[in-house]
Amino acid sequence: MANSTTPTAAEAVTVRFAGDSGDGMQLTGGQFTLSTALAGNDLATFPDFPAEIRAPQGTLFGVSAFQINFGSTAIETAGDAPDVLVAMNPAALKVNVAALKPGGLIIADSGEFSKRNLEKAKYDSNPLEDGSLAKWDLLAFDISAQTLEAVKPFGLGNKEALRCKNMWTLGLALWMFDRPREPLHDWLRAKFKNKPEIADANIAALDAGHAYGETAELSGPIKQVHVDPVASEPGLYRTITGAESVSLGLVAGAQLADLPMFFGGYPITPASAILHHLARLREFNVTTFQAEDEIAAVCAAIGASYAGQLGVTSSSGPGIALKTEAIGLGIMTELPLVIVNSQRGGPSTGLPTKTEQSDLYQAVYGRNGDAPMPVVAARSPADAFECAIEACRIAVQYMTPVMLLTDGYIANAAEPWKVPDPAAYAPFPVKFTTEKNAHDVEGNDILLAYKRDEKGARPWIKPGTPGLMHRIGGIEKDALTGNISYDPANHQHMTDARKDKVEGVEVPDQDVCLGNESGKLVLVGWGSTYGPIHQAVRRARKRGLDVSHVHVRHVWPMPKNLGALLKGFDKVLVPEMNTGQFKTVLRDQFLVDAQPLTKTSGQPFAIAEIEDAICDALGEPRPSQIGGEVEVNDTQLPSPETAAQ
Amino acid sequence: MNELTKIETTLKDWETDQEVRWCPGCGDYAILKAVQRTLPQIGADPAKTVFVSGIGCSSRFPYYVESYGFHTIHGRAPAFVTGIKLANPELDVWMVTGDGDGMSIGGNHTMHLLRRNVNCQVLLFNNEIYGLTKGQYSPTSRRGTTSPTSPGGSVDRPANPCAFALGSGARFIARGYDVSKDLSDVLVAAHAHQGAAFVEIFQNCIVYNKDVFDDFTQKKVAADTQVWAIHGQPLVFGAGKDKVPTKGLARDIETMTLKVVDIVDGDWEAAGVMVHDQTNRSLAHMLVELEFGPFPMVLGVIYDDPRPTYDGAVAEQMETARAKGRGDLAGLLAKGQTWTVDGTAQDPV
Repeated sequence: MANSTTPTAAEAVTVRFAGDSGDGMQLTGGQFTLSTALAGNDLATFPDFPAEIRAPQGTLFGVSAFQINFGSTAIETAGDAPDVLVAMNPAALKVNVAALKPGGLIIADSGEFSKRNLEKAKYDSNPLEDGSLAKWDLLAFDISAQTLEAVKPFGLGNKEALRCKNMWTLGLALWMFDRPREPLHDWLRAKFKNKPEIADANIAALDAGHAYGETAELSGPIKQVHVDPVASEPGLYRTITGAESVSLGLVAGAQLADLPMFFGGYPITPASAILHHLARLREFNVTTFQAEDEIAAVCAAIGASYAGQLGVTSSSGPGIALKTEAIGLGIMTELPLVIVNSQRGGPSTGLPTKTEQSDLYQAVYGRNGDAPMPVVAARSPADAFECAIEACRIAVQYMTPVMLLTDGYIANAAEPWKVPDPAAYAPFPVKFTTEKNAHDVEGNDILLAYKRDEKGARPWIKPGTPGLMHRIGGIEKDALTGNISYDPANHQHMTDARKDKVEGVEVPDQDVCLGNESGKLVLVGWGSTYGPIHQAVRRARKRGLDVSHVHVRHVWPMPKNLGALLKGFDKVLVPEMNTGQFKTVLRDQFLVDAQPLTKTSGQPFAIAEIEDAICDALGEPRPSQIGGEVEVNDTQLPSPETAAQ
Repeated sequence: MNELTKIETTLKDWETDQEVRWCPGCGDYAILKAVQRTLPQIGADPAKTVFVSGIGCSSRFPYYVESYGFHTIHGRAPAFVTGIKLANPELDVWMVTGDGDGMSIGGNHTMHLLRRNVNCQVLLFNNEIYGLTKGQYSPTSRRGTTSPTSPGGSVDRPANPCAFALGSGARFIARGYDVSKDLSDVLVAAHAHQGAAFVEIFQNCIVYNKDVFDDFTQKKVAADTQVWAIHGQPLVFGAGKDKVPTKGLARDIETMTLKVVDIVDGDWEAAGVMVHDQTNRSLAHMLVELEFGPFPMVLGVIYDDPRPTYDGAVAEQMETARAKGRGDLAGLLAKGQTWTVDGTAQDPV
């Protein structure tokens, strides 16, 4: 949609559903995502919901939104500015309308624009009537009344009947984007298997919304839009969220290591979903343990690793902080452990449901003592699968804790995923030590619990193994026996050995994911900024700018060629959702003049923000200054939160 | 834990080559010997035995026992024990902790280990002081304890480890003390209990809290100040002529508590003395709460009434899930709504 009149065919469309946190917007978004995937479009989503489970109705802080960007070309972000905003009440409109593209379409439930709701949303007059929405197309009608009418035959109470509003809205959206209703019918019947009257009511609401679209086309600004399927690699696809992807990757990683998995967790947003997923996978030899706190979760995982399973724990920043001492013990006792950090806004409790990348220092440096630990960062929901396997591999091959970084955006967002074939991954089966591994001066067989292999890893010895009894702990250990040692030279040696081991972890060379291997400017990203950086670089390159994109998965240790690669560019720009942490690490490691591009609003980068920064760095005019070439979704946005103030 | 094959060992087999580094005269030496004496007695297998500890003087214990050992971090031993037992329920796990480690920094974990009923032995060495950090008062220090952090005497009330353990849901509660000749019997009973067995062991810190337990551990006062709880035996104490007990614990119906009664000519029944029932939880509550001074110190197996263990229940669920067949990873990855893309691949960019 390149201009304000809605065309009948579009390359990419962004829709935002917004309503009260009790309106079922996440569910509506999720089902719309599924229908989009089934239609063969590429897509990316951004669920954005308040920390409160049921915030007071109609309030600005209780607004829950779900944004989806879908198209017939590769989609890597949830889209900057929505083309369509569905607002279920005045608060949802107020919080989200500023983000809407000029000329975009507002669909509003006028039935909810009562005096009381307008007051709650801090509107002095009704925006549907006062002309304040003139720069957008407006379609306001009483969705509530339409829904009540549609479900009348089913004899539901008023409250229950109104719960079908989201399905009515979804029905309208399905019509707008030319989607079949059958998969939704099937889903509703399955979901309300034991309450057929509720299923029927929801289906009736869905159908009514769909029918309304067909009728309204004659008179209103609403038009049907068709988005062609994306040309993607043949194969079997599904949609996946980051939390699912991490869980599956961990299961796959444990299988490739030929180990049972032990997962210790404690509920925390946005990491809990991983515990939920894994708790259902006992047949995959996954034991989950909901611990009494974050500390117990990691300690139990280390205990399980000690006993011969693959110990895994997961949390978000504040919980990771609590686990820190235990992670140090894992480093000291050189036991495998995977720690997943689904980052959120910080410090302290911060923004539990919003995304940020501000735990990078915590991951790389955040422990007492010289405590080196490998860090892997996932770039997208699908990529989290590969990264989880990689974290498992490093943990067992190098006998070390490994941190896997994702964030709130990756954890909650969904994208299409080509289902991988497990047989395509190289296994890395663990061999436990079952025999004494050395001789003393008299030639007797002895066990050296800290004798290192060529990777610098010590033997993994399961308790229960006859004849190999030994003691380990957090006090500095003798370089060979593992017995307590306070010897100064030994501590120097062991500090070096731990550092060398982690720095020696084999990681693939860094590639350039878009652009040339050298040139004027490189954007270096890590984690979930992948999508907006990639799209911004793609657009800039289309306009002839010399810019490349490098996206780092192995945050620690970094690829050996990364320093030389970055030095091949005149300028290095590091977009990240913190105050410049990775930029500082790059400067420290490679003495490159990396410049920061930072954002900490709790919202992902917009493509346009990064594209502007590229132009600024290259001394070129911004797209908005040239005019006429503004691509899809290029509007510079205030965040919805800011708009709500 | 499943029945293990009994292994023949001697005390010597359980000694390590590590130099024991407790202060000379520390009560920990006696406890170490009692444990090393007990392990052969119960037929323990060094390869399947794991000692897990936190931080503190007591927590150096694993280094001195020739078995598997994990000296972890302050207060967290119960969480490591839980992970170890869930990963391998066959292991025989002994947790060694202290009043600071287990009741202060690790109080939360102690509570949850006991509530869950993880099958292990918990030995809490209570010396009522922080030893390794040089003598600060601890959560079990009596009021008025002077220490570097309480120069005017501590004012906070001490915690009662056995009452805490019982309140947390423990199904086995016992007490002993370092130099007691009966400590080994208590350890044998703890080991025999299926589930979390909590044993408080009074331990003399010779440097920072010397002889605080003398009031009941000294030979000359022991008979008059110790009641040994033995299942099916009367709760009696006081050594009269020919070691015939002169006192006992009886019900005080008026106050629903216990009272001390005199026994004449050894006829405890006539005096109304209670017979110890180790499965009586109410009695256990009363026994652990008895204030020393007006009452004797209750030692031995105060409560022993097993319930299914946490690790056993988890293993059962795992077994049930696995019995349905090993999970198919390829199937799992392709779960949910899927669609197939065919046709020729193109560069989407």
